[in-house]
Amino acid sequence: MGTPPGGRRRERRRGPHLRASRLSRTGVLLPCSSLQDRAMEREVQRVRQAFLSGRSRPLRFRLQQLEALRRMVQEREKDILAAIGSDLCKSELNAYTQEVISVLGEIDFMLENLPEWVTAKPVKKNLLTMLDEAYLQPQPLGVVLIIGAWNYPFVLTIQPLIGAIAAGNAVIIKPSELSENTATILAKLLPQYLDQDLYIVINGGVEETTELLKQRFDHILYTGNTAVGKIVMEAAAKHLTPVTLELGGKSPCYIDKDCDLDIVCRRITWGKYMNCGQTCIAPDYILCEASLQNQIVQKIKETVKEFYGENVKESPDYERIINRRHFKRILSLLEGQKIAFGGETDEATRYIAPTVLTDVDPKTKVMQEEIFGPVLPIVPVKNVDEAINFINEREKPLALYVFSHNHKLIKRMIDETSSGGVTGNDVIMHFMLNSFPFGGVGSSGMGAYHGKHTFDTFSHQRPCLLKSLKREGANKLRYPPNSQSKVDWGKFFLLKRFNKEKLGLLLLTFLGIVAAVLVKAEYY
Amino acid sequence: MEREVQRVRQAFLSGRSRPLRFRLQQLEALRRMVQEREKDILAAIGSDLCKSELNAYTQEVISVLGEIDFMLENLPEWVTAKPVKKNLLTMLDEAYLQPQPLGVVLIIGAWNYPFVLTIQPLIGAIAAGNAVIIKPSELSENTATILAKLLPQYLDQDLYIVINGGVEETTELLKQRFDHILYTGNTAVGKIVMEAAAKHLTPVTLELGGKSPCYIDKDCDLDIVCRRITWGKYMNCGQTCIAPDYILCEASLQNQIVQKIKETVKEFYGENVKESPDYERIINRRHFKRILSLLEGQKIAFGGETDEATRYIAPTVLTDVDPKTKVMQEEIFGPVLPIVPVKNVDEAINFINEREKPLALYVFSHNHKVPVEWELIMENILSILFLISVPVY
Repeated sequence: MGTPPGGRRRERRRGPHLRASRLSRTGVLLPCSSLQDRAMEREVQRVRQAFLSGRSRPLRFRLQQLEALRRMVQEREKDILAAIGSDLCKSELNAYTQEVISVLGEIDFMLENLPEWVTAKPVKKNLLTMLDEAYLQPQPLGVVLIIGAWNYPFVLTIQPLIGAIAAGNAVIIKPSELSENTATILAKLLPQYLDQDLYIVINGGVEETTELLKQRFDHILYTGNTAVGKIVMEAAAKHLTPVTLELGGKSPCYIDKDCDLDIVCRRITWGKYMNCGQTCIAPDYILCEASLQNQIVQKIKETVKEFYGENVKESPDYERIINRRHFKRILSLLEGQKIAFGGETDEATRYIAPTVLTDVDPKTKVMQEEIFGPVLPIVPVKNVDEAINFINEREKPLALYVFSHNHKLIKRMIDETSSGGVTGNDVIMHFMLNSFPFGGVGSSGMGAYHGKHTFDTFSHQRPCLLKSLKREGANKLRYPPNSQSKVDWGKFFLLKRFNKEKLGLLLLTFLGIVAAVLVKAEYY
Repeated sequence: MEREVQRVRQAFLSGRSRPLRFRLQQLEALRRMVQEREKDILAAIGSDLCKSELNAYTQEVISVLGEIDFMLENLPEWVTAKPVKKNLLTMLDEAYLQPQPLGVVLIIGAWNYPFVLTIQPLIGAIAAGNAVIIKPSELSENTATILAKLLPQYLDQDLYIVINGGVEETTELLKQRFDHILYTGNTAVGKIVMEAAAKHLTPVTLELGGKSPCYIDKDCDLDIVCRRITWGKYMNCGQTCIAPDYILCEASLQNQIVQKIKETVKEFYGENVKESPDYERIINRRHFKRILSLLEGQKIAFGGETDEATRYIAPTVLTDVDPKTKVMQEEIFGPVLPIVPVKNVDEAINFINEREKPLALYVFSHNHKVPVEWELIMENILSILFLISVPVY
């Protein structure tokens, strides 16, 4: 193992517990435990020093880095697509449309808008501050930690990175170890294009991540599951580090009887089985009236055939489950269920066929956890009221889907439930509009990003009030000794109701005097 | 405790707190409470911090009234869905942000401005359609008591409740699940709050503190600078989260600064500060002792008089302060103003950056941003308005 381009020479050390997962960004196997802890601390310190140098702050530098990132994505497209492809058994075409295209879009959006976003924004003033300068100054937070996920391993790591760079921070990226190839390619490519001290990749498993989380950051963005989300927030609490947690949940999909089932089922099929169900905002389960079940099953079955062909296993557009553990987990959800179609599996290739379950009992396992797989339960409900109650009895999901021609019904469902986001009459799509802040609520997460929201997440919007050293006379009102008349003046300046009446009177008087002066001037 | 929180949650789930009309009604009721019971509220604040009623009014009640009015005026617009900018993909779709309540909000108040720091968040929480549990600080006992007494008389008794108690009760409360926690207080407890919140993935707003530096440039009008600093520092006896904690300036300025602050203190509080109705006291014995200990080994330029019985500490200024001493290691939160001499603004900036990020930063220097002519015009208009208003009033 030589020194990779852009990497530094380090002495090789061998310890008794070497594991392949402990690859640092230079590809050197790190020694175990306490030495490694200090190595982690040193890495974070190095990045912090780089931030303190001030290098990441000028707009020009940020734009350059973003342009370099763009070049990386374009020049090394093949390598990136191959890595994603091998992690998820995804075709390069799909890896492009599902991940790379969003990344390019975000970089372009950032490059176009950043010059405007970095400028101070004046805020609305009140009577008290009328003559002062009052603005919000966006500033970088410092060292940001981005913990990526394995399901869309490229975009879920790089999209936050784009915003963190744009906001002027230094960044430590910890890709998910489950998507090994993408983790490796990121560790290899990023140092070749970006500043090597400001933006680094640290790879590793649970142990390394735990160690990393002991360090101090200025913001942590984590994408993953609820259980680890709590661990991240707990670790962050020790340093009062703000967090953005992009978690998950069971995103319900309500199908009203008043809708076009053909189109509805096609859209749901697309969103559900994309990436083999491993999408944080995939429609997790369906709620509908019992009478619709059979039609829904039929139409989904037809759509699956249309999308993936007769033999789904051979479709280049159908992915696989990320690893054996998740494969077994999803399999166990099928126990005791009525499989309307699908259900075929192959452990060797971690293949699970697009599956639909009907008449699912809400108390069974498949309805107790986020499925994150190509299994679609249908839970019959009497009507929309029952559906709303069903949803509200459970944790707030990351997304909510409702299909209906009845606009009022859609509005009602939105009004009476809570979720991170909503797409009506389709699935997934609210993710694609970056003027939306994308994030969860309750156990599906906190904070949000995408587009400008990423910039804002990784910035401190600092309120600045610049007064002059003149007009000290006006300040007399606030200085001791206090008096009733000073209090009354305070009311005048600070209480709007008070203002409107008195101000109106004042204006009238003022105009009267002006008029009098003008009249007088005329006669002279 | 669990039952209380459950009761509030049930009340929220009833959907009652959500309609705009209800929220406006509750805010109007809150406004009535502040107006009708003004005397009781001012008395409570007054006895907690030895503050005159006039000062309790200007420092706390006036802000609360202002916020309620602002909320009443703007809420009808804020609750509506806001369309967002669309892209090609969504051009023909409806795309908007719908504000919705979070659920049950916990507001943990502070003792230094016990009324406004509890009620101002409450105003917004009500406006957003949530149910609210308020936990006032036990250190400001009288305000905690008056809040527990008055709120149920004016607001919905199941949606907005007050839970009082000390560390034990608060710890118990923090084990429950909330949809947002807003905490005002110190860093150490802030971490505890966030850790407790992490168990339920509850988002938090932490209003903490720090040492807010105050840099005085040599190019400025020291009279005005020192007057403004004196006002902000000794207000509420230094117990303000954004009080100027310490001064950074060139050594040559120290004596003038000390002199001018001394003169301003006399102007504000009179010859005998202890007898000024506008000078407060330290909240309790523990903090009194804490602040006293910060004076050890320091060069007291003026002030330094104390009286433990009344928890009085005179407005104090320390000069040539060594950054390594205790007074520079923690947020002072008292009427002690250290001056740390620095060579120049570069050294001041480094000094600030070597330390934790403070809640506020103050810098005094002549400001050349506003064009002179515009200033003059505005000054004239204002002066005329002032002149007219006196007889009109």
